[in-house]
Amino acid sequence: MNIYIVIAAYNEEKSIVNVIKSLKKEGYHNIVVVDDGSEDKTYEICKKQGIYALKHAINRGQGAALKTGIDFALEEGADMIVTFDADGQHKADEIKRLTTPIEKGEVDVCLGSRFLDNKTKVPPMKKLTLKAGILFTKIFSGIKLTDTHNGFRAFSRKAAEKIKITQDRMEHASEIIDEIAKKHIKFKEVPVTIIYSEYAKAKGQSIFNSIKIVLKLVISKLAR
Amino acid sequence: MIQLIQVVVVLFALFAFSRALLRFKDRKISAKEFTAWTILWAAAIVVILLPGTTFFFANILGITRGADFVVYVSIIALFYLVFRLYVKIDGVERNLTKLVREISISKGKKK
Repeated sequence: MNIYIVIAAYNEEKSIVNVIKSLKKEGYHNIVVVDDGSEDKTYEICKKQGIYALKHAINRGQGAALKTGIDFALEEGADMIVTFDADGQHKADEIKRLTTPIEKGEVDVCLGSRFLDNKTKVPPMKKLTLKAGILFTKIFSGIKLTDTHNGFRAFSRKAAEKIKITQDRMEHASEIIDEIAKKHIKFKEVPVTIIYSEYAKAKGQSIFNSIKIVLKLVISKLAR
Repeated sequence: MIQLIQVVVVLFALFAFSRALLRFKDRKISAKEFTAWTILWAAAIVVILLPGTTFFFANILGITRGADFVVYVSIIALFYLVFRLYVKIDGVERNLTKLVREISISKGKKK
């Protein structure tokens, strides 16, 4: 199985090397980092790591960067694609949990969930926002999930080809789930651990931003 | 008796029309767009010089005052224009992303 790890990175020079190292340690060598027009040295650092380093000339958002990475991985002949966060929130040794069910042919998509076991300590305000996101997903896409907006996902090649990401910014997370629902792609949720370091927390989504995301999604669904 | 507002509006409409005409001459806007702008500014001149004309249309639609009719039509037109702009900008954004993506993928071949 040719597994590609796709990472969207925006101003992550402080964390990206450790993330790449942890992935290599676990035996993943097809690593695609899409630098989304960072102002820092993210791209230059990645180029020296012996990985696929892509660069958006200008910032287009996480959704756009992930799609660039996924398109690239598909072109390179990936059998499976794992999306992974650049800020060190995810654990490389947990990738297997997401890829095994796909390898076995049970499902085509595995979504990481921080609420399936009690290992992740979610800050209270963050929990509230996420629970609202889960409810929103239920209404919006009709899928009941235990966690949404978790960037840790694995797709079979077939699923990655089917799922169309058109939302450039953070709305893509809901869009992916909406696509899974609409196209009846077989999926399952898998428990993963999210590490809430001070660094990752500062980079996360604020509640205000989450409200903006919901508005954008509703407008785009109406305009279609 | 000609009011100051009438002079101002007529002058502005003529100015705006001249801009549209220049854009049309430079082939920056199509004949269709130019026609639309011409009708709009001509209508503005007619309405401001002969306010009675608005009453005629207002009456047909069951609106009492001619001025109200103008305000309603203007707001509807503005909303429509904003919607058109929204759709257009959205398209431009998508194309921009596509372009950025193509460039980054074609440059990123080597490991």
